[in-house]
Amino acid sequence: MSETAASDVRSLNAGEAMGSHTTRKQTPFSVAMYRLSLWLRSPRPYLMLIGFSLFLGFWYLAVEVWKLPRFAEMPGPTEVMREWFSENPTYGLSVFLPEYYLHIWVSTRRIAIAFFLATAIGVPLGLFLGWSQRFKQYVFPVFELLRPVPPLAWVPLAIVMFHGSETPVIFLTFLASFYATALNTMLGVESIDVSYIRAASCLGAKRWQVFRHVIVPAALPFIFTGLQISIGVAWFSLVAGEMVSGQYGLGYVINTSYTMVRYPTIIIGMATLGIVGYVTSAAIRLLGDHMMQWRTRELALGADK
Amino acid sequence: MTIQSSPTLSSLPAQGRSPAAYPETARKGGVRIVDAVKTYGTNNGTGVLAVDHCTFDVPAGEITVVVGPSGCGKTTLLNAIAGFHSLSSGSIYLDDQMLCGPGKLKAEPGPDRIVVFQNGALFPWKTNIENVAFGPIMQGTMTKAEAYEKARSMMADAGLRDIENDYPGETSSGVRRRVEIVRALMTDPKILLLDEPYRALDSLTKSVMHEALLEIFYKNRVTIFFITHDLEEAIFLGHRVVIMTSRPCRPKKILDIDIPHPRDYGVLTTKRFREFMDETAAAVHEEATKAFAAGEKER
Repeated sequence: MSETAASDVRSLNAGEAMGSHTTRKQTPFSVAMYRLSLWLRSPRPYLMLIGFSLFLGFWYLAVEVWKLPRFAEMPGPTEVMREWFSENPTYGLSVFLPEYYLHIWVSTRRIAIAFFLATAIGVPLGLFLGWSQRFKQYVFPVFELLRPVPPLAWVPLAIVMFHGSETPVIFLTFLASFYATALNTMLGVESIDVSYIRAASCLGAKRWQVFRHVIVPAALPFIFTGLQISIGVAWFSLVAGEMVSGQYGLGYVINTSYTMVRYPTIIIGMATLGIVGYVTSAAIRLLGDHMMQWRTRELALGADK
Repeated sequence: MTIQSSPTLSSLPAQGRSPAAYPETARKGGVRIVDAVKTYGTNNGTGVLAVDHCTFDVPAGEITVVVGPSGCGKTTLLNAIAGFHSLSSGSIYLDDQMLCGPGKLKAEPGPDRIVVFQNGALFPWKTNIENVAFGPIMQGTMTKAEAYEKARSMMADAGLRDIENDYPGETSSGVRRRVEIVRALMTDPKILLLDEPYRALDSLTKSVMHEALLEIFYKNRVTIFFITHDLEEAIFLGHRVVIMTSRPCRPKKILDIDIPHPRDYGVLTTKRFREFMDETAAAVHEEATKAFAAGEKER
């Protein structure tokens, strides 16, 4: 993914060099528009469309035309689309009903809370684990013992610990997210070239200044890799949690549609999860690119060592 | 020479040099290494001996170049001066002040001794000018505005005005080295410790960097401790060249290069330069062969 981003900027820079050098400082908007026009002129969007057509085409043929054995029970794309965009859906869920957005909103809100907590606790914890050998000796063994326990195994305890239906789901979502964030942040700190720390202390930086000016920015690329993974596993355990408890949310939609034999609605729930999940991880990637311009620009130029 | 007036050093043979060449005010940053030993590994003497009873002077206001095969332990010595590692025994003085010695085997890193690292250590997440202004801001010796103003003028002096607001990753490796040296000079250090700074550069860039370094030296008269495995580089730059034995490292030969400064690349073709090369090449080659036979890896 970073490579494609890099090639965008690379061609952006090439364009700059060919064009007038005076317009070096562009507004974010003009850069975005320029990138968009480059993207449209590259073969990538068209290849992407072909990929989607092949996928949908196979689904259509397998279910509705050939009626292959495994696919017989499955709803076909035309049925799903008709249901999804119907003003009066047979099974009660489509883009025209406020309930659809309520489910999306509830799931997104749970993700947002859990992800925020996981980041707010996981990043500092990871930073200190990587920074202080002593702290790591206390905390890391416990961390490593708890980490392999899958979030699903926490379901009963979560329900016992937190009353109601909302907090257990958020807790499960938080848990998976938190491990990924903390671990990647720790690895990030541990992989920092010691020369940077030495250079900073040579130049007179105190310990906390080294932490703030070297450790945190140097670990940032790893932190964002962790956040990408973390948002992915957050959706994963959210759906697991929503299937077990809760009254709203996309996982709940999928699960109840199954028990009530509303097969097209299952697919609507899954497709919506895919879209919303993609948007959240794209948002994190954009935030990362924004916060690490040095890295985006460096990648754009290729590794010139 | 102030460094030799220290009573603790009186027993050492005077390594006299003519002080007439430079104004007395510029003479700071002399380092004296006395009987330095560094053993890695266990404390009971079974570890690897990296530095073996090393004694020599880095005269103030001059360039001293240490030459030795890769992995011979010269970086260990530099790290001891910089305060990154401790010594096992022996002592190191900076302008008569003990940096490390009996009772305090590890020096404190500080802005009076700035290291320029082998692979470069400009912070890639800061722009070039933010890197240059970093030292004084951290030390609190200047306000942000003052630091940036000084950084701007020093970068302009070094011909780096155009890349002030670029990130280090956007500039060539030669430029990055220059920025790093300017960053080091910002804090007005007594001595610059350069650890094979031009190792990764091609020979053409290297020759440009050598002249640029000499230019900076003539302007600032900062003492320079320079580590390399390139003999030609050593003789071209150095007032004094210290040839090290292969691990454990110890001075094998100390030469005072009497080719007058300021030097430029014309020096390389002079008879005197060839004489120095002839005189030392065999010694360096012998150590390199030993190192190779001992299986020292490139580090």
